Amino acid sequence: MSALAIPVHTPWWRSRGVRRFARHRLAIIGLVMITLLTFACIVGPYLLPYDSLYIDLRARFAPPLTGYHFLGTDPLGRDVAARLLEAGRISLLVGFFAMLLSTMIGTLIGVVAGYYRGAVGAGLMRVVDAFLSFPSIFLLLALAALLQPTPIMITIIIALTSWMEVARIVEAEVRSLRERDFVQASRMMGLSSAHIMFREILPNAIGPIIVAATLTVARAILLEAYVSFLGYGIQPPLPSWGNMLNGAQQYLSTAPWLAIIPGITITIAVTSFNFIGDGLRDALDVRSDHM
Amino acid sequence: MAGYLLNRLWQSVVLLVIVSIIGFAVLNLTPGGPLSQFALTPGMTQEAMDRIAEQMGLNRPLPVQYLDWGWRLLQGDWGTSYRDGQPVLDVIGRHITATLLLMGTSTAFSIAIGTWIGIHGATRPYSIFDYSVTIGAMVALSIPTFWFGLVGIYIFTLELGWLPAGNMYTIGDGSFLNYLHHLIMPSLVLSLVNVAVWSRYMRTATLDVINQEFVKTARAKGLTERRVLMKHVVGNAMVPMITLAGMQLPSILGGALVTETVFTWPGMGRLFLDSLGYSDYPVVMGLLMVSAILVLLGSLIADLLVALVDPRIRVG
Repeated sequence: MSALAIPVHTPWWRSRGVRRFARHRLAIIGLVMITLLTFACIVGPYLLPYDSLYIDLRARFAPPLTGYHFLGTDPLGRDVAARLLEAGRISLLVGFFAMLLSTMIGTLIGVVAGYYRGAVGAGLMRVVDAFLSFPSIFLLLALAALLQPTPIMITIIIALTSWMEVARIVEAEVRSLRERDFVQASRMMGLSSAHIMFREILPNAIGPIIVAATLTVARAILLEAYVSFLGYGIQPPLPSWGNMLNGAQQYLSTAPWLAIIPGITITIAVTSFNFIGDGLRDALDVRSDHM
Repeated sequence: MAGYLLNRLWQSVVLLVIVSIIGFAVLNLTPGGPLSQFALTPGMTQEAMDRIAEQMGLNRPLPVQYLDWGWRLLQGDWGTSYRDGQPVLDVIGRHITATLLLMGTSTAFSIAIGTWIGIHGATRPYSIFDYSVTIGAMVALSIPTFWFGLVGIYIFTLELGWLPAGNMYTIGDGSFLNYLHHLIMPSLVLSLVNVAVWSRYMRTATLDVINQEFVKTARAKGLTERRVLMKHVVGNAMVPMITLAGMQLPSILGGALVTETVFTWPGMGRLFLDSLGYSDYPVVMGLLMVSAILVLLGSLIADLLVALVDPRIRVG
């Protein structure tokens, strides 16, 4: 691993990885788009003339560009632009924390399963396989329908159904790293297994984890949107990109913007994360069996 | 071969047991539980609740309930639906064909298109075609399937009036043509993601094969480029695609379930949502098991096919 071998004197922003990432045009586009979107979601609600919860029954179903309703209004006369940005805070936060939690679960299980061969490792990987062998949407929906659908609970549920990919990647990485000389050396120095796993091996597997984590954000945003679309996710009046689409189906003929605007926003956010993930894969030189 | 088959079957059974434990735990350990459907009935008393729990066997310890459920499952008794008292297997049986037809149509279509795109891109790497398809695939994978369905309904049903917005048949018209007409939009929507996945994998698989020695040999023998491509490259690139088809099964199934909910397609996804709404635990549990069985069966078949097709793999 080059990260260990050569002491690097160039500052981090001129390192090889960063330069390679910067050359990846799509990744830069993704990064710019997601930065703008996040910024708009944080600052936007303060700048817009309408509150996201302000109901105005005289202004129901106003199409986009009506007065100061840049993106129109919904069936209760609430400003779509204000709701969209407010919803973005929730959806992006859910996506981010679901990624954090699922990456932690996946990494923990992957490291342990990869380090301890034999019964422990095999047993853990069977559990991973079992989780992968039915559509995670079923599990996600069942949990969301049965539990209190608060934003925190939805985040936890999404994390619980999307850690398997990370676990597999980490397990494979750790399984090959554990045979390397530096691990043998650490063992001979009498370091504890926990130390070897998390301080010696894990830092060398960080590249694939970062890539997988970025793609997990994209996935988590899509999952939140779907569960909330079906009404089992984030509950109104708290807006999320998914629950803005809930109900949009019945107004499709009269107020199509209610369906189109949140959908495009979700697509932009998810595409950005996928582009960034792709760029990171190149920059961090992560070999993968696809693309 | 027989030994390999037995081993794989045994692994699948172990996985099914783990899946059933996960499913059972999720459904029974969460607050509410099967009894919650009765709690809101007017005039419900604690004694009546206890009696129902007794009659349904819900007052026993969970492991006992699980073993009892599992034992009946093995005997072909999957329980009865809380909703209408029908046997779970019958209920699922009535919905599984619709899902399989949707999945089958979309998979066949997307394999055909995706394979072509993949080969076309791999033979012209870094061309405009290759580049735009790569970007297009990444965008396609980022579009929420259910939303794409809504856009489809908006364009093709509401604006153009070409295609129906949902269901399998128009009421009163059970003809095959009518069915095909209803099948077009859901299967195309489901294909969006699948085409993206197939084309990306096929591109990689083709690029892997195209630089190998035997392809150079085939060219050196003076075969036409078309023959080299069709006979030597594509044939070998297809082998990893079989494994992929097996691996992709959970996500194809998941995609079909999502699509069903938008198009009110009467398949397992629709049934799952309805059953969740009714707290119909036996059906929900049955659907979890059936989808796991489908997925495991799929990957088993894929592995066997690879073993049969690829002479380099000698199992047994």
